[in-house]
Amino acid sequence: MSDIESATESAIGKSPPRLEAAEKAAGTAIYSGDMELPGMLHAALLTSPYSHARILSYDVSAALALPGVKAVVTAEDISGGYIGLVCKDEKALAHGKVRYIGEPVAAVAARDEATARLAARLIEVEYEELPAATTVEQAMAEGAPVLHEDFADYTKIYQAPENEGNLLARAEAVMGRGVDGFDEADVIVEGTYEVGAQYHAYMEPVSVLAAFGPDGRVTVWSSTQSIFRTQANIHEGLGIPMGKIRCVAPRIGGGFGAKAEASGQLVTVMLAKKAGMPVRLVLTRDEDMTSMRARHPGTLRVKTGAKADGTLVAREMEVWLDAGAYADDSPAVMNLVLFYARGSYSIPHVRALGHAVYTNKLRLGAFRGFGNPQASFAAESQLDEIAEKLGIDPIELRIKNAIKAGEQWLGGQRITSCALVESLEKVRDASDWTRRREAAPGRKRGLGVAAMTHTSAFLSSGAIVRLQGDGSIILNVGAVDIGQGSDTALSQMCAAALGLDIEQVSFATPDTDSAPYNYGTNASRVTYTVGQAVHRAAMQVRAQLLEHAAAMLECSEGQLELRPGGRIGVDVEPPRNAEVSFADIAGRSLWAVGGPITGSGSYIPNDPPDPEHTKMTGFLGLDALSVLTFGAQVVEVEVDEVTGAVEVIEAWCAHDVGRAINPGAVESQIHGGFVQGQGYALCEEMLWEDGRLVNPSFMDYKFPGTLDTPDKIHAIILETPEKSHPFHVKGVGEPPLVGAAPAINNALSAATGLRLKQIPLTPERVLRGLLEKG
Amino acid sequence: MINITLKVNGEERALSLPATRTLLAALRNDMKLTGSKNACNQGVCGACTVLLDGVPVNACLVLAANVAGREIVTIEGLGEGGKLSPMQQAFVDAGAIQCGFCMSGMIVSATAFLAENPKPSRKEIRQALSGNLCRCSGYVRVIDAVELAAGRSGA
Ligand code: FES
Ligand code: FES
Repeated sequence: MSDIESATESAIGKSPPRLEAAEKAAGTAIYSGDMELPGMLHAALLTSPYSHARILSYDVSAALALPGVKAVVTAEDISGGYIGLVCKDEKALAHGKVRYIGEPVAAVAARDEATARLAARLIEVEYEELPAATTVEQAMAEGAPVLHEDFADYTKIYQAPENEGNLLARAEAVMGRGVDGFDEADVIVEGTYEVGAQYHAYMEPVSVLAAFGPDGRVTVWSSTQSIFRTQANIHEGLGIPMGKIRCVAPRIGGGFGAKAEASGQLVTVMLAKKAGMPVRLVLTRDEDMTSMRARHPGTLRVKTGAKADGTLVAREMEVWLDAGAYADDSPAVMNLVLFYARGSYSIPHVRALGHAVYTNKLRLGAFRGFGNPQASFAAESQLDEIAEKLGIDPIELRIKNAIKAGEQWLGGQRITSCALVESLEKVRDASDWTRRREAAPGRKRGLGVAAMTHTSAFLSSGAIVRLQGDGSIILNVGAVDIGQGSDTALSQMCAAALGLDIEQVSFATPDTDSAPYNYGTNASRVTYTVGQAVHRAAMQVRAQLLEHAAAMLECSEGQLELRPGGRIGVDVEPPRNAEVSFADIAGRSLWAVGGPITGSGSYIPNDPPDPEHTKMTGFLGLDALSVLTFGAQVVEVEVDEVTGAVEVIEAWCAHDVGRAINPGAVESQIHGGFVQGQGYALCEEMLWEDGRLVNPSFMDYKFPGTLDTPDKIHAIILETPEKSHPFHVKGVGEPPLVGAAPAINNALSAATGLRLKQIPLTPERVLRGLLEKG
Repeated sequence: MINITLKVNGEERALSLPATRTLLAALRNDMKLTGSKNACNQGVCGACTVLLDGVPVNACLVLAANVAGREIVTIEGLGEGGKLSPMQQAFVDAGAIQCGFCMSGMIVSATAFLAENPKPSRKEIRQALSGNLCRCSGYVRVIDAVELAAGRSGA
């Protein structure tokens, strides 16, 4: 083989329009809530008015008597068990108790939506109200009401703390001499940081369509980040065999983590089954905000020790996360806060201790960054406090301590490639940092920096690549594109491996009936992890193509060359003008020799922690978590000292992606991620009063619009090839969000001298801080 | 139930619907024009933006019965003969579209704006689109797209 590299260059490193961009622009793209089936019914939910109450009885007779109502379901109709990825503590509907205001208690399917909503209100549920614990402090207090009396009996995949109360998870990691390491420090800074609850605010509210076929199988189209997790949840929660559940993902209107696990699917399937007709559930924004998920609010006590020359020697972090009423991903998110507690630096002595606590409010769950935004806000803010104390430039301090390839991360994994220093240098140069930091100390404007590290390989994925009769390719991976552009990037990789143009590869709709297993679209994992499987599957197809071509061209495989556009030729001296097309080969395979050409690939990272390096207790396994990606951001803000408003003027975001398969999509991830992080930093916060969400609408929950965001978000792509990947890629979905909050906070401090330890940095908090500071 | 005729994308449709039905619900449910999206149902996000006599409105805030007989254009009505309109094409070419859920409304708003102001500054584009929320893009490429469309129409 020769020239493979040049043949493959055609598809990679380019930014063709996304495969589905035109249909989205035309308004013809189909999302779950746009779908209809003949005879389809509409669903409506009845939700809990109490933070905590025992359910004594249901009376559904009035609802059922309403003309047009076809089915009503309550917990009494649940045929399965508990669900939950790491701790099985939740059912399809509230059963026995309600644990937060807004928790679905019952549901109705009716001829039209208005009737369904009316009927839902006619369901009578008798409750016995119980004392509630709506904050971590209340839930951990002596004699606090217990949310889950059966906690000890739940199935868990982590070592759970033994307790009679509300402590869902506790984990600890110790590196080096742990807290004893502070004896090496000349300077110690300690502080307590608070982070708010951020709502994902994907524009598409949760939508589900479920229909049973005459064969008894159910098909579920839903807004999900994982058709396979949806299938598993329906299986476990409703007792339906997996083979009888088909999950499909049409276009998805954003997810950001909230649609990774079950949402409205189970109750919709229950209704469809009971009514014997297709049922569609579309949540209102209010229902979505009160019953789905949000980013964990929490408190982080952080302590960092450094030598006088700026060498960081010790870090301690103690974290308390509010998990809400159900475990969902909380133990894992808490683990990942600890995973990032050391930051992107070679700190030898670390102790990180985390807790996740049940409270009577909405479950908190996965959200772009998965624990990293919390850890990074606290740790990266504190790093600037140290820099200030030592009189060292914040970027200098970071570069001095930056972790490098070959070193071990907390947990013991070895860093395979690392462009951290380069990222910091890039944003320093691009932002003209040195000159501008000196130019305006203590003025209204200031620059701030943050560095970040994130994972990009996680859990398992498969790929199937099939050659069709006309020589084109169908790529089937079961990975859901939630808007980030993975359909296109994966197709580019597949095309590259086979020397094709992207137009010659078609991307199969994610469907559990046909796709190989894929864990889901989260953890910035798709490009790296699914990309591995795509490459393996494509290489199998390539091997078969070459075998056929050698026979057809009567030469050895070594004399063949893959030519762009789906042709294989003979590369010998003197040149022979002989080549076959993929279509010729497909014809031979289908009608004469060998049978259909199909390749399949599977992949799971395996990078077990090193117990010699880090002592860890209470963690979930981190074996299938690997490949770290690095970056740095500089932000310029302007502070209005009269109103306390912080405006982001400009941002420079340098991210190492190994290799950019689709640079345009990478830049878009950087823009969108940064702005979502800006919202986290400045204005977004779900607020509860006595367990009731007080801002469950886009009117009251503000996230950045065109007038709140900088026009100049410089996306700087760094490419340090990640050798463990055939295309040298790493993920970039989450890191751009992670750095925004600490960088903005550090910029606020540079601009005003005010050092806040709580996000969001609302005008009110900033103003109060400025007044107190005087 | 009331009987009305809606004129959408140049086509008249007789409908029988409750007086309280919003234009958005009428488009999506009664007329099966699902390009306009419902993301807040409150007039905040712009995902439901359509043109009413050429002016962008939030279809979730308009009662269908109140706009009978008026000229309504939705995202589905922007292109001609199965081809994307110049603004739609610019959004594709600029790489502005991610999940796409906000994009129908965004493109409709941008189309109306450019008709009014064919040579806008980036700042003016931002002002014009301030009623259209997008959670994916960070808006940079959205502004690029409108600029691209403006540049092309001037050429
Ligand atoms: S759905 Fe109409 S403005 Fe949001
Ligand atoms: S592209 Fe997803 S909300 Fe705008």
